[in-house]
Amino acid sequence: MSAGVAVPTGWVGRSLRRIEDPALVRGSGRFTSDLPAALWVRFVRSPVAAGKILRIVAPPGARMVTAADLAAVGPIRPMLHKFNYVPIEQRVLAADVVRFVGEPLAAILAPSREEAEDLAERVHVEIDATSAIVDAYAAIAAGAPLVHAQARGNIIVDARVATPGFAAASAAARHRVRLRIRSRRQNALPLEPRAAHAAWDPVERRIILHCSTQMPHLMRTIIAQLIGMAESGLRVIAPDVGGGFGQKMSLAAEYVVVAWLARSLRTSVAWTEDRRENLIASFHARDQHIDLEGMFDDAARLVALRADVLANVGAYACYPTTGAVEALMAMAEMPGPYDVRDYSCTARGVLTHTCPMAPYRGVSRPVITFAIERLMDKAAAAFGIDAPTIRRRNLVRAFPYTTATGLVFDEASYVETMDAAVLAADLPAFRARQAAARLQGRYLGIGMSTFCERTGYGTPAFAARGMDVTPGWETVVLGIDPSGCVEARIGSSPHGQGLRTALSQIIADELGVSPERVTVVHGDTDRTPYGWGTFASRSLVIAGGAALMAARKVRAKLIGMAADLLEAAPEDIVLGDGVARVSGTDRAMAIDALARAAYHQTHRFKGTFAPGLAESATYDPPGTFSNACHIALVEVDIETGRVGIEKFLVAEDAGRLINPMIVDGQIHGGVAQGIANALYEEVIYDAGGDILTATLADYLPPTAREIPPIALHHRETLTEASLTKAKGVGEGGTIGAPAALINAVNDALAPFGVSIDEIPATPQRIRDALRAAAAAKA
Amino acid sequence: MKPAPFQYHAPRSLQEAVAILAQVAPADGRVLAGGQSLVPIMAFRLARPSHLVDINGIEALARLAVENGKLCIGACVRHAAFERPVVEGPLGRLLAMVVRHIAHSPIRARGTFCGSIAHADPASEWCALVAALDGEIVATSVRGARVIAAGQFFAGIMATALAEDEVLTEVRLPLLAPDTRCGFYEFNRRAGDFALAMAVVHFRLVEGRMFKPRVAIGGAETHPRRVAAAEAALAANAPSPRVFADAAARAARDVEPLEDAQTNAQYRRELVVAVTRRALEAAL
Ligand SMILES: Cc1cc2nc3c(=O)[nH]c(=O)nc-3n(C[C@H](O)[C@H](O)[C@H](O)COP(=O)(O)OP(=O)(O)OC[C@H]3O[C@@H](n4cnc5c(N)ncnc54)[C@H](O)[C@@H]3O)c2cc1C
Repeated sequence: MSAGVAVPTGWVGRSLRRIEDPALVRGSGRFTSDLPAALWVRFVRSPVAAGKILRIVAPPGARMVTAADLAAVGPIRPMLHKFNYVPIEQRVLAADVVRFVGEPLAAILAPSREEAEDLAERVHVEIDATSAIVDAYAAIAAGAPLVHAQARGNIIVDARVATPGFAAASAAARHRVRLRIRSRRQNALPLEPRAAHAAWDPVERRIILHCSTQMPHLMRTIIAQLIGMAESGLRVIAPDVGGGFGQKMSLAAEYVVVAWLARSLRTSVAWTEDRRENLIASFHARDQHIDLEGMFDDAARLVALRADVLANVGAYACYPTTGAVEALMAMAEMPGPYDVRDYSCTARGVLTHTCPMAPYRGVSRPVITFAIERLMDKAAAAFGIDAPTIRRRNLVRAFPYTTATGLVFDEASYVETMDAAVLAADLPAFRARQAAARLQGRYLGIGMSTFCERTGYGTPAFAARGMDVTPGWETVVLGIDPSGCVEARIGSSPHGQGLRTALSQIIADELGVSPERVTVVHGDTDRTPYGWGTFASRSLVIAGGAALMAARKVRAKLIGMAADLLEAAPEDIVLGDGVARVSGTDRAMAIDALARAAYHQTHRFKGTFAPGLAESATYDPPGTFSNACHIALVEVDIETGRVGIEKFLVAEDAGRLINPMIVDGQIHGGVAQGIANALYEEVIYDAGGDILTATLADYLPPTAREIPPIALHHRETLTEASLTKAKGVGEGGTIGAPAALINAVNDALAPFGVSIDEIPATPQRIRDALRAAAAAKA
Repeated sequence: MKPAPFQYHAPRSLQEAVAILAQVAPADGRVLAGGQSLVPIMAFRLARPSHLVDINGIEALARLAVENGKLCIGACVRHAAFERPVVEGPLGRLLAMVVRHIAHSPIRARGTFCGSIAHADPASEWCALVAALDGEIVATSVRGARVIAAGQFFAGIMATALAEDEVLTEVRLPLLAPDTRCGFYEFNRRAGDFALAMAVVHFRLVEGRMFKPRVAIGGAETHPRRVAAAEAALAANAPSPRVFADAAARAARDVEPLEDAQTNAQYRRELVVAVTRRALEAAL
């Protein structure tokens, strides 16, 4: 069932101001680094990309720990049980060899952060440097040095799929379009860098670890496991978290060291990463090559698709998603929203002497969307049809749809959403403007991307990857206290998305109270049920679904109790405005009073009700695909290579919009990061593995002045695959923007016969391409 | 990401400042002006001066005045002072046009004109402007004051004719004749970034021909400078697309481009062509 956007009848669908914001905008947010500590840690990091550690000598009087002190702490060893995965180990402090510039070697302790930094600088490190491998293709070349001895050819994962009909379909195809794309390396760049603060609690005799994380429960599990302690001996708190984008989903080795230090020294120990550390040694993302070939029939329909994916994994595998996450997601989702029955893919993850990779907003999908959307535009050009037409011929129209890799697309609006975007962009008017501008030597371009995004997926989806740690479900414990206040304790852990606000809207509607009555508690392993956290565009879908389930249970109980006390049939009880009333009468009772009775006056009920008003629910959904179409209008300055973005437009179908303002914010921020990926940000290593983008003077995130106005259009397809009918929308902006922008750049440059297939498409890369094309013509 | 330890001095007079500087300069003592270049490199520990001589408390250095047909800019005059024309005529307009390209407004509120000249970043807009205008730089030390011509001042990447015990007390720019045409163009990746190439140009039109044309290129080489070959292509010619293109091509041929991880020489030359031509077009 598709529609425009529904008019809200309750709290859901309203752009409520975020509950989270008053504290944050007034500077009274609470962050890990705000906590006082007895000792501060500064990590001494490897200055070389590869080598054998000979000596690490602390300056006289300094307190330092190295791998030798941490011998009892287990290595991080993420595991996958499929796709020829080779497990590799990472010691939390490098033991014998170093594998990337920035790898932590030792921890210096001092009473202040400043003193620790001064001391760390005086640590004497001797490393016998060996040759480093930086590029993914170089890493798989014969004779390349091995990053880990057990991963032969530096390959950590080697996955293949092919549909039975692929070979025949491919051989029979009459038209082939092939391209190679490359996405350079990015850093997720959260505003708050990573931080951990661990304190020994002498009364409870355990560690309280505050840290900037997206997954507090899993952090407790893995850190306790590595240190070799009971989980009950560790409480993890994620206070306000200033952005994560995936970078704070993966386990930071540094957090383990901080927790271990507090436990060993029976004191409080803190570490806050600085920006340089974040840029060189926090997780990177995106570094991928894709070779893609599309086989088309005479009607420009894609009949078969072949892909080869090479993902640079860096020096270690990230926990919990492993070093396979990028390659496997690329393999599973490469065909995108298109109806192609035959598919073959090889996908490899490759180790190099570079900072480890971890999921970053969109994971592989910004790159694969870039690949397949470039393919569609190239095919359209070959067939002499326009970009919307080739997509219209290939987009999936009938749902549910099972893809060549076995994913099931739930109800969506691929064609309708694209048509809405194309209409809003006014293609004919743009083409006229473009033609006029070309006559004046100005090069305007329009580009689009259509994609669907798997969101809110539960256990089976992760299990399909063979992950040893298989996330999926979420639990919500929802209670009304005797004063009538509602509290939802959630296992998921937002870090800036406004989830508290959105969940309170869902719960308020169900219980007939206002959202101010609802408190959402998260990010504390003592106060919340076990859960996974925020990643993979899942929290609103899964924690929201669980909240709805729990609220329905509480609602049923409230109705039962109200019916009992008001002497009416349960079907006649209506909850709303904080009151339970018998419909069509003036008999009513405040929900507060019902709550009071549920705890303090249970004798008043004729029926039997368990005392209290608290319920728990767990939701583990199949997954739901949101979809969108992005359109970018750009102007390329052919003399300097600069790309100016005139306008950016997004038509999105994320199912039911719980809080449209928050959805818009997610798309705006995502598009900004997509623009970064397409045009600006690039982590650069030199051939020896030294990192050249260690400051924000070299690594260039776009600023407010580079981000154009973004026009948004919504559709709401109400899917059966999500309890709240909401689809995930956390990553879509990032996924679609690079493809649309680069297609627009190529449209602008069409008269020159160049094809820009590498991102970021920096001005220099564009000039290099134009110059090469001019030389070829001459 | 915090500076290595240093000693801080806050003199109240120029005399006091140069006296302290004379003492501490041999131990890498440095002047602290707006701190917008020095403090970041200290935080990265790329610079670790053992002493800082903060000149911000010296009132006499906040002077901004016209004297003998020259605009005199004291060492404590901030970038932001130029956001509105400080003198009537083309010079005030040129300064106001250029200042918008320097960093972002909080940095402009603190950073100083003279600090930019002393720091001599290859891509400093003020350095290119001082080169284009043949400005004068006044350097003061316990040994007295001396005046250095712009053409003799810039010596390389962040290298100048300033001695380590000298305070750059003032920069003097000639007021431009009312009919002077000025143009500026720069190319950078993001608004407010240091430019990859820039051009500052000015000339007068006498009977339709360019008189005393000046073309200074910044950002492309170790330090900004006037490019005689480009100026010669303009002199005594009437402005035209062909003449401008010729001057731009000569400028590009003349430069020895800096290269870095994100910028190759060929690309920088192409940028020099673009910025020179566009600055000339803007001047018309
Ligand atoms: C994010 C960012 C972006 C920037 N972008 C630009 C830009 O686009 N263009 C640009 O030109 N600049 C840019 N800057 C630099 C800024 O303009 C600085 O203000 C300027 O370069 C130095 O001036 P200052 O007064 O801040 O000097 P300081 O930082 O205090 O000093 C810089 C150096 O000059 C020396 N010095 C300063 N004043 C004197 C003096 N009077 N006598 C002797 N020595 C002196 C100091 O000892 C030091 O070595 C940027 C800075 C930042 C942080």
